[in-house]
Amino acid sequence: MSKFKKKKGGELPAISTASLPDIVFMLLFFFMVVTVLRDNNLLVKNELPKADQVEKLKKDRAVYIYAGKPSSRYQEVFGTEGRIQIGDKYTSIENIGLALEEARRKLLPELQDKVYVALKVDKETNSGLVSDIKQVLRERNLLKIIYITTPGNDLGN
Amino acid sequence: MGRRATPEVNAGSMADIAFLLLIFFLVTTTIEKDKGIARQLPPIEPPTEAPPLIKEKNLFIVNVNKDDQLLVEDNLMELKDLRKAAIDFLDNGGAPAGSPEYCSYCKGSRSPSSSDNPEKAVISVQNDRLTSYDMYIRVQNELVAAYNFLRDRESKRLYGENFVFTEISKQINEGSYKGNEEAAKKKLETIQKMYPLKLSEAEPKTKGQ
Repeated sequence: MSKFKKKKGGELPAISTASLPDIVFMLLFFFMVVTVLRDNNLLVKNELPKADQVEKLKKDRAVYIYAGKPSSRYQEVFGTEGRIQIGDKYTSIENIGLALEEARRKLLPELQDKVYVALKVDKETNSGLVSDIKQVLRERNLLKIIYITTPGNDLGN
Repeated sequence: MGRRATPEVNAGSMADIAFLLLIFFLVTTTIEKDKGIARQLPPIEPPTEAPPLIKEKNLFIVNVNKDDQLLVEDNLMELKDLRKAAIDFLDNGGAPAGSPEYCSYCKGSRSPSSSDNPEKAVISVQNDRLTSYDMYIRVQNELVAAYNFLRDRESKRLYGENFVFTEISKQINEGSYKGNEEAAKKKLETIQKMYPLKLSEAEPKTKGQ
């Protein structure tokens, strides 16, 4: 009986996969942390225009307005004309004010006066719809708005 | 029976489980966009008030038609030239030296037919109802870029190469500014006063006009 067995030479040892779960878990935690679950389901097409002179939106004081053509699965019912969505449903121009008020109440009370209206509008929308929205916002005295955009600029200057 | 070591739990399938979860999160993740062009809308004015008079030369009119074409000061223009044209207009400083409106920091051509000084200069955007939102944002982006260019230039001149207006205001906004925030805010305000953002938007015209 010898304590030190001679290794059998020649064969390559199998690569240990014991650390694979660790690596995968690391990735998993990363994605779990960055994931924000969508709180409302998009009913409109929402491809945002590009801009590079941007500021960051403070999310805790934002209410969102989406606008654009209805998404393809809703087009049979709602047509292809630009529509406004607040929360989980389509809203007509006249009802924006009420819908916004509702969304605003959900914010923290101390931030309700500093509310920003974030406009997420599809780039193929007519700007007339956006001006209608802005007119309502002015009447409601919600004057701080931010046009949400994707980073980038295809002018190249 | 001798002592038996507890058998090790087979962890071989751990990776599979983790992969499954990973793929689920990869698929559901949408990284939310949260950047954009911020604007302050003008409050609705009482109808009795007369609109302020603005001299024609202090007004820079950008017209966008329903086919997304640009008409700037009655000339057709490509979007890529708009930034330069806006900078030239804002930075013109046409008021004569010695008058109270004289702009000492302007570096423009000082043409008497263009704006007196940046405080007086107003850019007016008029768009058709059928203008695409994409074009609208691009025009706004170029105009904001013109202001940012001038503000950056002046902040570098006054407070040194490292004080870039847009960078500093971004840092303060995100809370990552190192140094005296109050002092920096004062400086930013000074710069903002030198080139105040005066973008006016006319009510859009009805379709086809």
